[in-house]
Amino acid sequence: MSRPRMKTSAMIASIAAEGQRTVSAPFGHTLVRLAADRPEIVGMTADLGKYTDLHVFSAVYPDRFYQMGMAEQLLFGAAAGMAREGFMPFATTYAVFASRRAYDFIYMAIAEDQLNVKIVCALPGLTTGYGPSHQATEDLAIFRGVPNLTIVDPCDALEIEQATEAITEHAGPVYMRLLRGNVPLVLDEYSYKFELGKAKLIRDGSDVVFISSGLMTMRTLEAAEFLKADHIDAGVLHVSTIKPLDEVALLAEIRKPGRLIVIVENHNLIGGLGEAVMASSMRNGVMGRIRHIGLPDAFLDAGALPTLHDRYGISTNCLVSQVKAWL
Amino acid sequence: MALNPCQPLSGDGLTEMARVNRLDAARMFMSAGNGHFGSCYSCTEIITALYFSIMRIDAANPDWPDRDRFIMGKGHAAPTLYSALIRRGFMPEEWMDQYEKAVGVRLMTHPSRRYQPGVDVSQGSLGHGLSIGVGMALAGKLDWRNYNVYVLMGDGETNEGSVWEAAASASKFGLRNLVGIIDSNGLCVDGNLADVMPMEPMAAKWQAFGWDVSRLDGHDLPALLSALAPDRESTTGKPRMIIADTIKGKGVSFMENVRSWHADSISAEQYSRLVAELEERVA
Amino acid sequence: MPHTQRSNLVPEISELRRRATNIREFALRMGAVQGQGYIGQALGIADVLAVAYFGSMRYRSQEPKWEGRDRFLLSIGHYAIALYGALIEANFIPHEELETYGSDNSRLPMSGMAHYTPGMEITGGSLGHGLPIAVGMCLGLKRKKSNAFVYTLLSDGELNEGATWEAALSGAHWKLNNLIAIVDVNNQQADGPSSQILGFEPLMDKWRAFGWWVERVDGNEIESVFAAFEKARELEVPQPRIIICDTLMGKGVSFLEKREKLHFIRVEQHEWNEALNALRAEVTV
Repeated sequence: MSRPRMKTSAMIASIAAEGQRTVSAPFGHTLVRLAADRPEIVGMTADLGKYTDLHVFSAVYPDRFYQMGMAEQLLFGAAAGMAREGFMPFATTYAVFASRRAYDFIYMAIAEDQLNVKIVCALPGLTTGYGPSHQATEDLAIFRGVPNLTIVDPCDALEIEQATEAITEHAGPVYMRLLRGNVPLVLDEYSYKFELGKAKLIRDGSDVVFISSGLMTMRTLEAAEFLKADHIDAGVLHVSTIKPLDEVALLAEIRKPGRLIVIVENHNLIGGLGEAVMASSMRNGVMGRIRHIGLPDAFLDAGALPTLHDRYGISTNCLVSQVKAWL
Repeated sequence: MALNPCQPLSGDGLTEMARVNRLDAARMFMSAGNGHFGSCYSCTEIITALYFSIMRIDAANPDWPDRDRFIMGKGHAAPTLYSALIRRGFMPEEWMDQYEKAVGVRLMTHPSRRYQPGVDVSQGSLGHGLSIGVGMALAGKLDWRNYNVYVLMGDGETNEGSVWEAAASASKFGLRNLVGIIDSNGLCVDGNLADVMPMEPMAAKWQAFGWDVSRLDGHDLPALLSALAPDRESTTGKPRMIIADTIKGKGVSFMENVRSWHADSISAEQYSRLVAELEERVA
Repeated sequence: MPHTQRSNLVPEISELRRRATNIREFALRMGAVQGQGYIGQALGIADVLAVAYFGSMRYRSQEPKWEGRDRFLLSIGHYAIALYGALIEANFIPHEELETYGSDNSRLPMSGMAHYTPGMEITGGSLGHGLPIAVGMCLGLKRKKSNAFVYTLLSDGELNEGATWEAALSGAHWKLNNLIAIVDVNNQQADGPSSQILGFEPLMDKWRAFGWWVERVDGNEIESVFAAFEKARELEVPQPRIIICDTLMGKGVSFLEKREKLHFIRVEQHEWNEALNALRAEVTV
């Protein structure tokens, strides 16, 4: 008798739940499609092509793929150089390495002159059990401070496809958080259409409104269904562009009376979506009953991802019980 | 033979310990369901030579101020280190079966000083180890202590600019107590290192940066012992770099030089074959 | 005079010397405007810049973004005062603008900024960026099948930065024979002599080990500098090129040459005119 081959890997953890519909490597495949009509697109990586779905692109366009070796500062410096020569580099690595190791190069070599580099990074927030060296818990806090930089945090496979296309049409540097491998497909059921710079009310609710981004929107949508069974009417405002923030849409929802607002993010409580929204709200004198769920300001544990998501309160179950406790 | 030796081993004893190390690592991977087999097996002899012959350490006293330090620059090969620490008596054997099992266990993917007695430095982000080693070696000189600092890096890791910053620094400060080892297995995540970002001529680079360089077969234990032998009386003042030519996945026929074994999951059937191969070596 | 054709343009060495003197003069005058500036470095590198702009590179000063141009990357942003001297001499910038150096709304900020100044390819300030960016540009130029070269001026201090060595590895790996790096070795950094901060010798061995073609010259000996630049450009090896130039800070003004060597050489208010006079006097000798 043989035991079934075990699949869980702390590193390559799939966000997908059992039986969830998924799409394989949506970023890589979309880039291949876009590259057919855009000869200026090139792919670059720092020895993480395989783990950022760029290997899909490099297999089809080997002469448009630049392997820069394990050297992130070089990666982004060279991406700046290529952009100056008229190309549109998609430069990939893990979110931790872009935000920490190569920050100065992204800030000065790319953003300062608004170069057309697309920084696409896997393992955003807490999406690996590898420990703090690989968990980009503060990437948004770091990148929000960069002027000229557009920041996108897509929810699922559909949004990754749409967002990748949208950022090629945007002239200027972009930082996009990436889910890779087998990525869940959820937003097709809501006829979702990504628009750069726009938050979208995916479902409305009279008791609670979740304000969420990235993969947390998958969770808030699930949570809304669970809450519905308990006669709690929950809505979801999906904020996939973190910078520039769609303040108009956000303030409109916060302004509506009588609802609990719960901001949920796959990021440190410090410096991410939550603080951005709350600051905007205060600046504009719009008060609401606002709560915030995110990762603690701590070096997170290593271990299995589902356990970690529970431990740090960002699993669907945690969202549901937390909301009930607040209501 | 005793599995928790305190006297330095040599010859057959070391070879046996390397075999045990590979079996331990596989046991941990089985427990987790996957692991960096290739990366662990290429540096098994290096770690074995260091922990069972070369390094002056005391399991009863993991923070002994005069101990030799070890930095696992290539943090993802942690199980190789864990096995050595366990067999030297720093940690209990039972921890092996908890490897990566759940949040809060002692042994996880990357070494952590917080949770693991005997680990000098937490690692995980490649390219940090040598810089930290420079700092520790400097401290040793400032404190007039006689310890050595050993830093094990991957060859891909030496793409990182921070490694060369440390290289220049070690030379400038004359850190003879710093010994770097490069596990040169020729493979990294995206392919052969030669295609991704070649490092040859490696020895010439380190020499130009002011290091004393030697190159050897990283699975040749007597050669490793000779190259790693402490050189506390030397007056050259140069840091030492040992380039160890290794085979990723060494010791298990179906893993040797196979790129996908950088990190992969293992089936029960593969595990049995692995164990059988390693146990066969005793004869 | 636009330098679009190189073939008939083998310059007289005396012509190059004249250009270098003009660059030095412009730099001193800019320093006088603000009462400060990285004048030691500017005086030291003037000969290299004269050779680059008047004996090597192809460009159109009235069309600074001409696609066919050779690109000159000033990795060392604080050497802007020196580069401005060359750009003024080469007619990228009108002489009159010299007076605006370092002032508000000026096109000549004290640290090189790409979008401020015609002929300034990248924004400096944070050291160690030039070579990585140059690698990317060279890759891009090869994609476009361009014949243009990328020249990058680095300081010896920048060789401390790991990113420089990442770029070095990369340049060799990609056989970027359109990349010419120049290192100004004046042995001075913010915290002291470079050799004491992080001893970088043996320099040539390092670059050779990293796969580059290397030449080392006295950076204030115009004939040698010119010969090295020619070789770097003509050489048909599938390697990036680097010219290591040993320079003397303050070169051309003997009282500054002799001044205590500091990263930021102090010049008193009244000394700017003295320096200009000394420069002109030393030239006629």
